[in-house]
Amino acid sequence: MEMLLQVEGLETEFKKEKQKIKILHGVNFHINKGEVLGLVGESGSGKSLTSLSIMKLFKGTTGEISGGNITFNGRDLTNKSESEMRKIRGKQIAMIFQEPMTSLNPVMKIGEQLMEPIRLHLGYKENQAKEHAISILQKVGIPRAEEIIYEFPHQLSGGMRQRIMIAMAISCKPQLLIADEPTTALDVTIQAQILDLMKQLQKRENMSMLLITHDLGVVAEMCDRVVVMYAGKVVEEADVFDLFESPRHPYTKGLIGSIPKLGQKRDKLDSIKGNVPDPSNLPKGCKFAPRCNDAMPICFEEEPPVMTLEKNRSCRCWLYKEERGDILV
Amino acid sequence: MSNTLLKVAGLKKSFEIPNGMFRKKKMLKAVHDVSFEIPEGKTFSLVGESGCGKSTTGRLISRLLSPSEGEIWIDGEEVSKRKEAQLKAMRKKVQMIFQDPYASLNPRMKVRDIVAEPLVIHTNLSKEERNKQVSEILEVVGLSNYHADRYAHEFSGGQRQRIGIARALIMKPRLIIADEPVSALDVSIQSQILNLLKDLQVEYNLTYLFISHDLSVVEHISDHIGVMYLGTIVESGPQEVIFSEPKHPYTKALLSSIPIPDPRLRRERIILQGDIPSPVNPPTGCKFHTRCPVAMDICKVTEPKVKKGAEADHFIACHLVE
Repeated sequence: MEMLLQVEGLETEFKKEKQKIKILHGVNFHINKGEVLGLVGESGSGKSLTSLSIMKLFKGTTGEISGGNITFNGRDLTNKSESEMRKIRGKQIAMIFQEPMTSLNPVMKIGEQLMEPIRLHLGYKENQAKEHAISILQKVGIPRAEEIIYEFPHQLSGGMRQRIMIAMAISCKPQLLIADEPTTALDVTIQAQILDLMKQLQKRENMSMLLITHDLGVVAEMCDRVVVMYAGKVVEEADVFDLFESPRHPYTKGLIGSIPKLGQKRDKLDSIKGNVPDPSNLPKGCKFAPRCNDAMPICFEEEPPVMTLEKNRSCRCWLYKEERGDILV
Repeated sequence: MSNTLLKVAGLKKSFEIPNGMFRKKKMLKAVHDVSFEIPEGKTFSLVGESGCGKSTTGRLISRLLSPSEGEIWIDGEEVSKRKEAQLKAMRKKVQMIFQDPYASLNPRMKVRDIVAEPLVIHTNLSKEERNKQVSEILEVVGLSNYHADRYAHEFSGGQRQRIGIARALIMKPRLIIADEPVSALDVSIQSQILNLLKDLQVEYNLTYLFISHDLSVVEHISDHIGVMYLGTIVESGPQEVIFSEPKHPYTKALLSSIPIPDPRLRRERIILQGDIPSPVNPPTGCKFHTRCPVAMDICKVTEPKVKKGAEADHFIACHLVE
């Protein structure tokens, strides 16, 4: 399989009153062509920041990439200038956000917003761009597309707005679609519609997708491979079937155990004790050790390296010291 | 058979919404003829999507809102028409836990004062006695006295929800109305809070009205379930019946649309077409007919009556059910 995106040792930090707070501590993963990769974690794990770092969307914040490489189609993105990034964003890598209302411009007609990237990246003229916009809207299942382009975002429901966002994202046939919690703000019946649509489009266009979510149900439904993040690092990486069948990292086990599963009523859910650590005050050693039931003395002293367990499977945990193959950093 | 702690019959609530200065006001029927009962010590859950009226129902029962019509019986007393001044006694028995632990705790009050506030209102206890009770209740919800002199912003989401639960528990209420209590929390924290709520129910013989959009959470916590759509309960019954033998097409679609955390179970879903209609202008007949995959002609005209299903306590409002 051909690799589309590779993230290696990605570090991102924010400045706060002369202090630098590192949020991403060396994130590693890759996405193959035509693959759906799930990026899972709880609030504060750094999953959204990873996607913003790939797109270099730091305007108005103090964030910056302080280390590592992001290779897209063989080219490093970390040293690209803002104007070079603009040519990539929306064209080769597109993004969908959680809240469709805040990511659409409320005072711009749907059609105009949709035609913006089409004109910019594809160089289409007014009429051609409009035709293209209408055909894309039809593709994402918007009824009366010819009229909708003259309406404003507030006239549409949440599900329809998310369809518009998807239309905008796929309008220039990107190779990679980053979807950051695309259905979290939607009701379940609407979520089912949107997930179904995204799956169809991904298959039809053979587009790669990075799906960021906290919902393991959505991951199981959509993804080929999964990367689990905790406190700014990847702690486990596996094929989706392997991950759910035999999670290895205690954090992944805890996550899967804490979701109530339909049709399997239990008296008590597993839970992970304690809370996600504060990024400016991370524990020594393994970041998960204070919440881990299997923690050993070494876990509080030394950070475990990434251990390759079997093909396409790795885990950052001292428990697997014995069965590791080669150690990746 | 245990006593019925809460009984709601024919509950209705409409809100007037502005429609220009001189035009006739529009009415939004948020809750339309809702009836159910909860036996003491049990959990009844209201599930549904945004705008179905589940939160409004919760607020009517806690009398944060006044119903337009209908009866609310709490522990044998009718409270739907009581005036504000007569509600104090009932408020001791009924407490609420809210969704957003960031918005429901006063940022300028210490945890001790937040949790003790119901005691200040309802009792004549001295400050020492109040402090003693606060320490005890914080212990019960998994916090300690050491947390009492801090402010809400110093806590994480899960801990804040524990503070909200402590405040609800301190009056030793009979009924707790929990409106999406775990929706704002991460999964690992969500399970901590759900386990806590279950433990507390057994320990204090609490009755829960649990309001949620998340069916997997609802299955976990409920004894009985009512599925709401546009202001009415379309199906209600024991938890096992609703999950294993749903009869209403909406319940079926709702269950089918939940993503299951098991990749081997990727399945054909029932995907509903279209959006939830606006409650200001609801469809005629059965309110679900615009999205129903099996709608018939009669559904567009006549609102279906509530019929009894084959199992005990199973009720369905659908023309397909004979």
